[in-house]
Amino acid sequence: MSITVLIRTAWKALQRNVSRSLLTMLGIIIGVGAVIASMAIGSGAQAAVLKQIESLGANLVIITPGSITTGGVSLGSGSRTTLKLDDINAIAANVPEIAGVAPYSQTSAQVVAGSANWYTVIGGTNPDWLSVGNWNLAQGAFFSKQDVSRVAKVAVLGSTVAANLFPAGGAVGSTVVIKSVPFRVLGVLQSKGQTGFGRDQDDVIIVPITTHQERLTGQTWVNSIMISAAAPETVAGVIDATERLLRLEHHLAPSDADDFTIRNIANVQQVREATVQTQALLLAAVAVVSLLVGGIGIMNIMLVSVTERTREIGLRMAVGGKGRDILLQFLIEALTMACAGGLIGVGMGIGISFLVSMLGKWPTVISPFSVFLGFVSAALTGVVFGFYPARRAAALDPIEALRYE
Amino acid sequence: MEQNEEGTMGSGAAVATEAKQAPVNAPREAPLIEVRDLTKVYGEGESAVHALQGVSLSVSHGEFVAIMGPSGSGKSTFMHLLGCLDRPTSGSYRLAGQEVSGLTRDQLAAIRSRQIGFVFQSFNLLARTSALENVELPMLYAGIPQKERDERARMLLEQVGLGERMDHRPNELSGGQQQRVAIARALANGAPFLMADEPTGNLDSASSAEIMTLFQHLNRDKGITVIVVTHAQDIASWSKRVVTFRDGLIIDDRPTGEASS
Repeated sequence: MSITVLIRTAWKALQRNVSRSLLTMLGIIIGVGAVIASMAIGSGAQAAVLKQIESLGANLVIITPGSITTGGVSLGSGSRTTLKLDDINAIAANVPEIAGVAPYSQTSAQVVAGSANWYTVIGGTNPDWLSVGNWNLAQGAFFSKQDVSRVAKVAVLGSTVAANLFPAGGAVGSTVVIKSVPFRVLGVLQSKGQTGFGRDQDDVIIVPITTHQERLTGQTWVNSIMISAAAPETVAGVIDATERLLRLEHHLAPSDADDFTIRNIANVQQVREATVQTQALLLAAVAVVSLLVGGIGIMNIMLVSVTERTREIGLRMAVGGKGRDILLQFLIEALTMACAGGLIGVGMGIGISFLVSMLGKWPTVISPFSVFLGFVSAALTGVVFGFYPARRAAALDPIEALRYE
Repeated sequence: MEQNEEGTMGSGAAVATEAKQAPVNAPREAPLIEVRDLTKVYGEGESAVHALQGVSLSVSHGEFVAIMGPSGSGKSTFMHLLGCLDRPTSGSYRLAGQEVSGLTRDQLAAIRSRQIGFVFQSFNLLARTSALENVELPMLYAGIPQKERDERARMLLEQVGLGERMDHRPNELSGGQQQRVAIARALANGAPFLMADEPTGNLDSASSAEIMTLFQHLNRDKGITVIVVTHAQDIASWSKRVVTFRDGLIIDDRPTGEASS
């Protein structure tokens, strides 16, 4: 029998009992739908992470102070006050192959401009921050090195802050008051939008680090140091050189542990990717179980179908159907059912992904690979679980089958 | 796929093709059916059932034979063996000159496909399938191309008087009409030999007469050998020869009409 005849016969057999066929496909539909939806949601998260990393700059090296451990109790990363402005100057002067180095400290405050006010994050840094953090200016200018050394009372606004304090525009040249200190607005940053995880990066005011320390917080250390390596290949060398330099600067004996932590954004990326992969693996396990259950459902219904159609099988054998013809007929019937379920599942998976991104505001990316994978696993399930019933049909004795009531 | 099918038939293929043309080449040497000392035993040891205990029979091309006997006489077992649906325990069966008693399942399927047309008591048509497609079914397994299948099925349905009802499904046809579709199906691959098992068992007497007339026509005008298994005397009377079974043996074999002892 030709394959087209077999497929047509199979399709006809499935149409004989549409609701039963659909219910049988349900496991496959859910399995394939889960594969596609989970992969879409997973790769959406991955894309968000990548976007965030890109917005930070891939060559970024972040130094945070080490943790204090008193009597065995660790206060966590950043609890020490070991990073100083001198460290930044030393790094800038001594570590080769860096594109920029910027300190960063932050505090929060109520900011007033005329009749408007806004509670936001105040970051202190130097002009390198612009390139290290991958920022651009929308209006005006950033503060200069001289502003830092002069402890100038100047500020650059994030776009969210600018929009809230100066809804009518005209931020540049105006004055904002932070903790009773008036700051002249030099510029407004270009919007970067939310991070992949929902924090508004534009809700910030940036001031010179010196002004931040002396006028706003009084703290003499910095929360973190960001270094931008000249190229991705130099990141490792920069980390190495910085570590040696800081140990020297901090007068650490060879037996002392680092009083700071150096991380590369690529490390963070790896951790995040591993997390996403774990999630994807879990969802894939769910999909596999679902396909397994769906496959058993197909096998079950095919066995019922073989029993129901015993006489038909006997007749087909009597008129010249060979074992292989009967085997193929039922195998293709199972395959057709699985593929139809696979197609519906693909549709459902895409639908769910759209719903998740629309209603859940979660970015989803449907990859053609996941559609291919889902469909192929459905087809494979059909073949694997259709084989046993088909073989049983093919092994029937024609006389017994013809006599079957 | 068609080529594969020919291939798997192996040594049987050549003989089968020869035999297919045999009815045209009169006169013939070998009889169509030649059975010698055929036995069939079901089960083993103490509980073994000897359904056939050494049956010999010869049927020539163009005969119309009725096989009679009470239930349990072995006539059904004999019919299954003649129809190549089963294999004998011992003895020889030559169909159109070819020994078939030792063939494999698939080889037997190939023989059934080309040489034997089956007509059953319960018609055994595929439900929800048109008369035309039912008649095409054996041709699908024989690997005959679509166009030829269609032409032949139409021709056969016209021949059995159902030219107007080709697209009807079995449930839209009367019992007699369904049996005529089944007869058209049995003839689909040009089998020289029709095997009918109680073909009128589910029909009223008018339809029975129609079906038997059709068999008679096929036998007389087309030269097709017909073997009818029945327990009804009036059905047997349409044949030219009556073979009677009892207890796994042929107890009587005479031309129709001659009084039995």
